[in-house]
Amino acid sequence: MKFTIGWLKEHLDTQIQDNGLIEKLTDIGLEVESYEYLNSDLDNFKVAKIINAEQHPNADRLRICDVDIGQENTVKVVCGAPNAKKDLLTVYAGPGSIIPKNNMKLTVSKIRGVTSYGMLCSESELNLSDESEGITELKTTKYSDKIGKNFFKNKSEKVVDLSVTPNRPDCLGVRGIARDLAAAGAGKLKNISNKNIKKNGSQTIKVSITKEKNQGCTVFGSCLITGVTNKESPKWLKEKIISLGQKPISAIVDITNYVMLDLNRPLHAYDADKIDKEIIVRNSKKSETFEALDNKEYKLGDDMCVISDKSGVLGLGGIIGGTRSGTEINTKNILLESAYFIPRSIRKTSKLLNIDTDAKFRFERGIDPRSIELGLSKAAELISEICGGKTSNFDIQKTDKHEKNKIKFNVSLFEKITGFKVDDNEIVKILTDLGFEVSKKKLELDLKIPTWRPDIIQPIDIVEEIVRIKGYNKIETLEPEKTKIKDTLNKQQKLFHFLQRSVASKGYFETVTWSFTDSKINNLFKENLKEIKIVNPISSDLDVLRNSIFTNLTFYLKKNLDRGFKDISLFEIGPIFKNSKPGEQLTVIGAIKSGKVSRLNWNEKERPVDVFDVKKDVIQTLVEAGYERKSFFIRDKSPSYYHPGKAGSVYLDKDDIEPVAYFGDIHPNIVKKLDIKTEGLVGFEIYLDHLKENKIKLKDQKPNFEYSDYQKSERDFAFIVDKNFKAQDLIEIISSIDQNLIRSIKIFDIYEGENIPDDKKSIAINVIIQSSEKTLEESDLEKINKLIISTVETKSGAKIRS
Amino acid sequence: MSDIKKIKDEYLNKLDNDLNIESVNQIKTQLFGKNGQISNFFKTLGSLPTDDRKKFASELNSIKDELQEKINSKLREIETKEINSKLVNEKVDVTLPEREINQGKIHPVSQVIDEISSIFSEIGFSVEEGPDIENEHYNFTALNTPDNHPARDMHDTFYLDNNKELLLRTHTSPVQVRTMLNGKPPFKIIAPGRTYRSDSDQTHSPMFHQVEGLHIDKEINMGHLKGCLNYFIKSFFEVDKIKMRFRPSHFPFTEPSAEVDIGYEIKNGKIVIGEGDKWLEILGCGMVHPNVLKNVKVNPDKYQGYAFGIGIDRLGMLKYGINDLRAFFETDYRWLNHFGFDPLDVPSNYRGLSR
Repeated sequence: MKFTIGWLKEHLDTQIQDNGLIEKLTDIGLEVESYEYLNSDLDNFKVAKIINAEQHPNADRLRICDVDIGQENTVKVVCGAPNAKKDLLTVYAGPGSIIPKNNMKLTVSKIRGVTSYGMLCSESELNLSDESEGITELKTTKYSDKIGKNFFKNKSEKVVDLSVTPNRPDCLGVRGIARDLAAAGAGKLKNISNKNIKKNGSQTIKVSITKEKNQGCTVFGSCLITGVTNKESPKWLKEKIISLGQKPISAIVDITNYVMLDLNRPLHAYDADKIDKEIIVRNSKKSETFEALDNKEYKLGDDMCVISDKSGVLGLGGIIGGTRSGTEINTKNILLESAYFIPRSIRKTSKLLNIDTDAKFRFERGIDPRSIELGLSKAAELISEICGGKTSNFDIQKTDKHEKNKIKFNVSLFEKITGFKVDDNEIVKILTDLGFEVSKKKLELDLKIPTWRPDIIQPIDIVEEIVRIKGYNKIETLEPEKTKIKDTLNKQQKLFHFLQRSVASKGYFETVTWSFTDSKINNLFKENLKEIKIVNPISSDLDVLRNSIFTNLTFYLKKNLDRGFKDISLFEIGPIFKNSKPGEQLTVIGAIKSGKVSRLNWNEKERPVDVFDVKKDVIQTLVEAGYERKSFFIRDKSPSYYHPGKAGSVYLDKDDIEPVAYFGDIHPNIVKKLDIKTEGLVGFEIYLDHLKENKIKLKDQKPNFEYSDYQKSERDFAFIVDKNFKAQDLIEIISSIDQNLIRSIKIFDIYEGENIPDDKKSIAINVIIQSSEKTLEESDLEKINKLIISTVETKSGAKIRS
Repeated sequence: MSDIKKIKDEYLNKLDNDLNIESVNQIKTQLFGKNGQISNFFKTLGSLPTDDRKKFASELNSIKDELQEKINSKLREIETKEINSKLVNEKVDVTLPEREINQGKIHPVSQVIDEISSIFSEIGFSVEEGPDIENEHYNFTALNTPDNHPARDMHDTFYLDNNKELLLRTHTSPVQVRTMLNGKPPFKIIAPGRTYRSDSDQTHSPMFHQVEGLHIDKEINMGHLKGCLNYFIKSFFEVDKIKMRFRPSHFPFTEPSAEVDIGYEIKNGKIVIGEGDKWLEILGCGMVHPNVLKNVKVNPDKYQGYAFGIGIDRLGMLKYGINDLRAFFETDYRWLNHFGFDPLDVPSNYRGLSR
């Protein structure tokens, strides 16, 4: 909502300075977005300084000037003035400026092969004097701190731009704003000057509001003004319209707009001669059409509130008029409409037809249903004053009386909600000033709500009225209470934060990417999950919710590779979506790693990242989170976006049904499809929802501390096994032989090749044997050795390598 | 008798010379070998009269000890010398770079969420969460924003179906609804998380982060709201004083509603929070609307309280001098490295919020 302070003062008698009023507006909840002069053509003329002036290479009399116009970079201007020299302060006009003297519009142009951005002006070009010999010379003392500022003072009035919240339609008119200010003690609301205009004869066009279900109109007021001369608006009216950044059209249109802005009372003027016999306010029928004032043809649905005549639809009530009955400059007789339309109906129709107009914006929020006649008189008065003509009596058709709503307000509620007390009499005064009718009954107030305040429905709304007018600064600042109702984080949340930092501590940069992604990339990672389309995506390449975190990670990894980074580790912890209902999402850590380990290293051999790098990170993260490494079980199954031979899944326990994590090389086909150029690309995912909660607190988890000081013995073995035999199984076989004696098992070599059959491999392991009861003798060790060999051979079909 | 003293002095002298290990071992043999001079004296012991034997044996033993000690220390001295001379040749250039460690980073949004949680934990709030996909009811209707309410236009909503039933939550407020429906008052929670609006330009991102706050009890009034936010803002920006302004505003789910501005000034091109005469809007809040309480089966005649919503990304930008909101979500490795936090730097009350 835009207005000028001058206009405001037509409704408000006040001694307060403009800036004080601006502050007050914000204090009472009418937020001032800006308070500035409207842009004017003269704003293009800036105080500028020549930083450097060089000879033009192709013209003796021209110079190329570097000009400081108060912005980051200087601009280059070609100038023919003899006085254009270094350090001169002058007036610069940018491209698009219109030179006052000759109304010439400047463009960026090449002058003898050098591009000139704007020009430096002489006093004559600026209409300051006849001096046209050189460019304007400004005094250093006065202008040196004004570089980049406007050279011309703006003479127009400053415009206030209010951001009016949707609950306050009354403040979409200047008078409503004045009323609020008056209630807040910023002046006195003036009475509306009502020159009683002469009304002659009855309104001869019959108006009816049909009785039907979902009728969107409850009051339709009108009057006929005959014998008018429509013309250009007078200066004062044009200036008012222009001051709000709108375009004057004709006196009749400008007047209806003026009344709307002044009183928040939308009106519509019809050319009465174009109305076929009568006005019928009714519901539209499906497929009716009409051409609106925005020159578009609309096809209507059922039950839209239309104003029609015998031949058809004239306009959409409260939204937009039609071209058939619009006023023109030669219109002689007009029918003026002032009506009330139900907000719900307006909103429904405008949404369906996708129309947004000033009238719609207002009716949708709620117009005062009792301002019908006020609007008609104000407009009729102005029309007869400017355009002449005779005004008929007002015809008011109503299906609803629009009685004022009533509320009982218990004064104690105010203190209960705000924490401070306001004197009862002051409460009565504030409410009365806001337009409430108040009658006091002991502790209760009987209130009649002004009809321009559709937002006020229950006692809590009254509390807000009083506290906002009284000022939020009256509310005390109380010390926060520290009582806790439950733990800050639950177990799952703790796990989230722990894993997040655990992964980051392994050299990964955490990133946060959008929850939506490009369906083309998503398809590569979505497996058997459902694609979830966004109906109205921000762009076609962000059209689905992500089914995997790898979608965005791979996308941004590529971007960073393109920036010249090679060895990148990224991770994100966040939601992926299984389906489109609330809660059908999983929290996942996705991590990705590219390039090489020890690239260009002076003492270590470089190699591409591989599956065991990410396996280390994923396993260690789970161990740090408190899960037992010994019970982990690895399977060589993984989703299809991993390399089929170089990826696996992690189970917390062998018997678990769902894996908690995947790791491995990203499938080379995907790497190729995404055009990712790197030596190696590996990743892992951890599914937080699959991680079992550790029910026991750490303090109760630790077993007793037991240790053995008896001598340890080490034995090495090498077994020849089938090529696809898994190391994990070998370790499991050995560790289950005697858990009291076998303390650790370590694989230290895998060998395939010479001396080993093609379909076999050799696994070399180191076993540490220690008893907690005695020092083992050679014979004991020999026994366990044999047992290890025989058990492995029977259970796995392996052969000890001799 | 004097012989052994002579021998002793002679060898002690010899051992003072600059010797190598071989020569010392040779001396050792000369003294204590099978036919060594000292060994030989021991052999004579048996032939001496009892009285002399005792005295001589004791003298002999002490000389033996003295010589042996001298030999051992000489050997140690030589070994040390030899190691030292060897070490000189083992010198490496320690200015060569250390082995690489890959330093990881925590995203500023995560760090700020941890800071916020830590502060609110101090005054008794616990953390709740809700789904990113919401239905129309939880996101709007239950929050006193029915379909015909123009306030819905304030949120540019992403929809997942043509009936506009399923959507990406436009704010964290639906967590209020879920929390209250699933529990009994009092409630004292914050709910940080991702939020979405179909709006994208220099200062708007289609996804951003909010933290919701809710405190419902029997006597919670606007003074508590002011106190809570004042405490939070001061703690978050780590300043002693803060200029705060509560302005009346409108949100369908609170009544009365307010927007909160904090004072700032620009010093040397940087924003300084807490001073100056400029105002910056940072959050919206108010007393939970009785209609919302009714919708979640809480009796508004018995219980009342406040709610607030704060933009997390915006707070992070202000505190850590980040200019561009969109950069938060663009995964530029350089940006993550520059603005990211060390994973060990966990915000907490006792260690301080930030380093």
